[in-house]
Amino acid sequence: MPEIRVTPLGAGQDVGRSCILVSIGGKNVMLDCGMHMGFNDDRRFPDFSYITRNGRLTDFLDCVIISHFHLDHCGALPYFSEMVGYDGPIYMTHPTQAICPILLEDYRKIAVDKKGEANFFTSQMIKDCMKKVVAVHLHQTVQVDDELEIKAYYAGHVLGAAMFQIKVGSESVVYTGDYNMTPDRHLGAAWIDKCRPNLLITESTYATTIRDSKRCRERDFLKKVHEAVERGGKVLIPVFALGRAQELCILLETFWERMNLKAPIYFSTGLTEKANHYYKLFITWTNQKIRKTFVQRNMFEFKHIKAFDRAFADNPGPMVVFATPGMLHAGQSLQIFRKWAGNEKNMVIMPGYCVQGTVGHKILSGQRKLEMEGRQVLEVKMQVEYMSFSAHADAKGIMQLVGQAEPESVLLVHGEAKKMEFLKQKIEQEFRVSCYMPANGETVTLPTSPSIPVGISLGLLKREMAQGLLPDAKKPRLLHGTLIMKDSNFRLVSSEQALKELGLAEHQLRFTCRVHLHDPRKEQETAMRVYSHLKSVLKEHCVQHLPDGSVTVESILIQAAAHSEDPGTKVLLVSWTYQDEELGSHLTSLLKKGLPQAAS
Amino acid sequence: MCLVLSNQKSNMKLYCLSGHPTLPCNVLKFKSTTIMLDCGLDMTSTLNFLPLPLVQSPRLSNLPGWSLKDGNAFLDKELKECSGHVFVDSVPEFCLPETELIDLSTVDVILISNYHCMMALPYITEHTGFTGTVYATEPTVQIGRLLMEELVNFIERVPKAQSASLWKNKDIQRLLPSPLKDAVEVSTWRRCYTMQEVNSALSKIQLVGYSQKIELFGAVQVTPLSSGYALGSSNWIIQSHYEKVSYVSGSSLLTTHPQPMDQASLKNSDVLVLTGLTQIPTANPDGMVGEFCSNLALTVRNGGNVLVPCYPSGVIYDLLECLYQYIDSAGLSNIPFYFISPVANSSLEFSQIFAEWLCHNKQTKVYLPEPPFPHAELIQTNKLKHYPSLHGDFSSDFRQPCVVFTGHPSLRFGDVVHFMELWGKSSLNTVIFTEPDFSYLEALAPYQPLAMKCIYCPIDTRLNFIQVSKLLKEVQPLHVVCPEQYTQPPPAQSHRMDLMIDCQPPAMSYRRAEVLALPFKRRYEKIEIMPEPPPRPTQPTGGKKRKRASDDIPDCKVLKPLLSGSIPVEQFVQALEKHGFSDIKVEDTAKGHIVLLQEAETLIQIEEDSTHIICDNDEMLRVRLRDLVLKFLQKF
Repeated sequence: MPEIRVTPLGAGQDVGRSCILVSIGGKNVMLDCGMHMGFNDDRRFPDFSYITRNGRLTDFLDCVIISHFHLDHCGALPYFSEMVGYDGPIYMTHPTQAICPILLEDYRKIAVDKKGEANFFTSQMIKDCMKKVVAVHLHQTVQVDDELEIKAYYAGHVLGAAMFQIKVGSESVVYTGDYNMTPDRHLGAAWIDKCRPNLLITESTYATTIRDSKRCRERDFLKKVHEAVERGGKVLIPVFALGRAQELCILLETFWERMNLKAPIYFSTGLTEKANHYYKLFITWTNQKIRKTFVQRNMFEFKHIKAFDRAFADNPGPMVVFATPGMLHAGQSLQIFRKWAGNEKNMVIMPGYCVQGTVGHKILSGQRKLEMEGRQVLEVKMQVEYMSFSAHADAKGIMQLVGQAEPESVLLVHGEAKKMEFLKQKIEQEFRVSCYMPANGETVTLPTSPSIPVGISLGLLKREMAQGLLPDAKKPRLLHGTLIMKDSNFRLVSSEQALKELGLAEHQLRFTCRVHLHDPRKEQETAMRVYSHLKSVLKEHCVQHLPDGSVTVESILIQAAAHSEDPGTKVLLVSWTYQDEELGSHLTSLLKKGLPQAAS
Repeated sequence: MCLVLSNQKSNMKLYCLSGHPTLPCNVLKFKSTTIMLDCGLDMTSTLNFLPLPLVQSPRLSNLPGWSLKDGNAFLDKELKECSGHVFVDSVPEFCLPETELIDLSTVDVILISNYHCMMALPYITEHTGFTGTVYATEPTVQIGRLLMEELVNFIERVPKAQSASLWKNKDIQRLLPSPLKDAVEVSTWRRCYTMQEVNSALSKIQLVGYSQKIELFGAVQVTPLSSGYALGSSNWIIQSHYEKVSYVSGSSLLTTHPQPMDQASLKNSDVLVLTGLTQIPTANPDGMVGEFCSNLALTVRNGGNVLVPCYPSGVIYDLLECLYQYIDSAGLSNIPFYFISPVANSSLEFSQIFAEWLCHNKQTKVYLPEPPFPHAELIQTNKLKHYPSLHGDFSSDFRQPCVVFTGHPSLRFGDVVHFMELWGKSSLNTVIFTEPDFSYLEALAPYQPLAMKCIYCPIDTRLNFIQVSKLLKEVQPLHVVCPEQYTQPPPAQSHRMDLMIDCQPPAMSYRRAEVLALPFKRRYEKIEIMPEPPPRPTQPTGGKKRKRASDDIPDCKVLKPLLSGSIPVEQFVQALEKHGFSDIKVEDTAKGHIVLLQEAETLIQIEEDSTHIICDNDEMLRVRLRDLVLKFLQKF
């Protein structure tokens, strides 16, 4: 029985280092290749030795697909392709291909230059890895090989994020990556057609959350920032350089403009300008409103937001700073946090999800005394706020997507086990489909019943129709033909055509049975009696009396002859081919019973 | 399972609604779907009209009315004479595709191949009862919108009270001088649409990407492929499981800014419809660009102005790129370049955001991230300035000598009319024609006599006949269908047998208002089979249930297999003996053998490809013998 197998190497009942292996129709596909922000050791990358211990990865994988540029989805890519070794194709959208190497380089710098890690991937490796990338368009059907095809759908979430359909023959899997079902200030909502995959693999970051209206959240955010600035405090907003950062920048920019505020807003990294440039060039990936107005006013040209310099952190007076990275686990955001944490006038707003183990996660879970490097203890007096601005679908959104795609089953990844459990029940109840949530390294196996498309010759099809039965697209029916398989091409043809194509002659098998009848009349009269008898019995068959005295039933021939010895007996020769076996045999037994007495 | 069977031969038809080979409009009836391929608008009709000047032109308004030879001047309000040519003094009109040949409200979908081939869309979608969907790529729609916006703007901003119609009367038209006398389909000529109609038409478009498979009613799949000619330009594959039509329209194998042409996907076509080849098969686009640059430099150096009548998108991007590389070396850095169009700004901005539709080189730039086209830098350094019209800012910025890119290439409307009037009298100035859609001599006719220099550098990057012949060899379609113009050399070069399509079997040609039956030999249809046969159903025949009596008539609808092979007599006899038959006698005959079972009074004739069992009515015996024979044969 054919089956689909799914094994998460990362993101199984966890958020971080997304990496999911899928086997479908004899093809192996790896979905995402991320790193884990919560670990600094071996566990930060997926365990690729699961795929093969000593063989080449290229021999075991048909392709790799990257859903978007966040490091927890692509951070392990250069390690995977250049250090472990993979030379096959890597698929991603154009914006992801553009931005991914920049974030990887950033990540590498922090790991090697700041933390002094050895044996990390190099800049050259990132370049070599990106050479293996094949960019895909939205909705383009990419033929990976003759059988495996993939197709990208818009996912919202961040610039260039995509969901992918993976299809072999009639079997398919959809992988969502991270997605957002509500449009925001700069991106549109995820969308997929009713593609009815065998399996939908969906993220479930906010499996239990139903978020209130976005407008309220935005108002709340602006109010908090405004209050802090009014009382002279400094506001730190840890973000990732691309994604939420642009969303919040647009929000603050318009607010500052409207309220005519003067407190400076800074954006911390050198990436900003570059990042905004990407948004300008890939404006077709943003939402409709921005696309429509970009000629008149480009939303990514900010008036109030300026580049940050490290020295500004000690400036007196209020300010708002966007700093990277978003989970306060390293870099500039963490530095500023340490500087400002001691003052209760200040505020830190965490606009997104924080992985376990990060400073962000600790302060969000209420910890106010943090142990830093060198056993130093940092007391957090500043106000800590959490605001879900990450562009993930909430429970409602996930259910909505399941409804859109109509999968036969659902598999949850990229979330916490407890929350998944809740969503799993909900999906099973509402959609009556089975739902899985494997842990890392655990394999889910789904049996499938693939359809086998074949080409039927028109001749055969017409013969079927000539029997008066119109084909019904939904009901199976039995028909006789010969299946010819050639170069993975299946054709169903009539037996005659099959013989002809194979250059074979037909062998005719014919039977002639002698049936003895007691009848003293002349042969012609006997034949006539046989004719009227059969005519009355076999109403659904074509019974004919031919001029030469013989009788036919369909193609079965009956002739009456005198008996050589007994004039009171006539011999009926019933002759038919093997193809008329049933009727021929039926006729002989019918005739054996004799003819009814003639009325005369 | 798809089992739609109908009279398959007659329903594969091509209805040809346009006579213009590069502005096609065909309707394909394919497997009970009706698909319109492109929606081109023939604008050469406007050449018969007087230009619409933006600024009152005393010369044009004082042209004498035209009168018949006998002096009858009843047409002098409608027709004006200028340097021996007669023009219609009216709002210019366009020649629409045929609307009577087929009921256009039955069209299910319209496939657009590039932004030049969608200009008739509002006429079709808004005035024929069309209720279907239009498919096009995003750049095609965005730039197509700009072209339409510009056209509407050009026409609407010069309101003309007069609309001439008398001359169209068949009896009167006969009396007019050429080319008016020979103008075709004048009754179908229409005025330009409105912006409202444009918006409504464009709202019916669904965006598609290259290699996207779009299912139409489950029976047909259509797919756009990159055609290499313009931003977002596509060829289309229209296929069912066993038939494939390729629609090739406006394709290019030259490396300019768009993504290269996808040729491989066109293979294995039953029919390839070929339209939109180069209109200037004898001109090499690269050479033309060189000539363009040198003529431009020459004029400017001599203190003259250069006028380039052009569309607001397309070749202009390539020209600006060439000039970007050329101006410094040619010492033109101080010469201002002006691009005047109501959509100039939008066109320049849009060109920078379609990274995914560009050639590889330009895509790589976006990854840096840098704008893919260097005209961004020309704008930044103030070398290129763009204006919505010559009114307003332009008049104060305007410095001479200069280079002006502006529309419309027909020279009948748009800002170009003003520049022709302004610069036409000086031989220092030059007008350089780069767009191939209009005959430059005809375009210039209402401006004669003219002192300015006229240079003709048509740049048409679409396929030439050598490339077509290569392409056809490569993709090997079973049949080629093309406009009749491509099956003979151009009228002006009738000796050039190389300037036509040469293929085997010869291409089927079409002309306006013709219907072609497409040659399909359909032999297969798709079904799905199940891994296991379903439980044998008790088949109710004729809708009535019958009880299953023992002597019921057998179900003959289940076919017995055909047999093949031959029966080796010796082995057959051995098998008979093994099964307890004795007294077996074998006789040779001319064609084979006869096996006699004397005891059972049974005779078996065995020949190379037939076996005949003749026996008494002993069913048991017959069945035993039958099964023995079957063991030696293959079943089909």
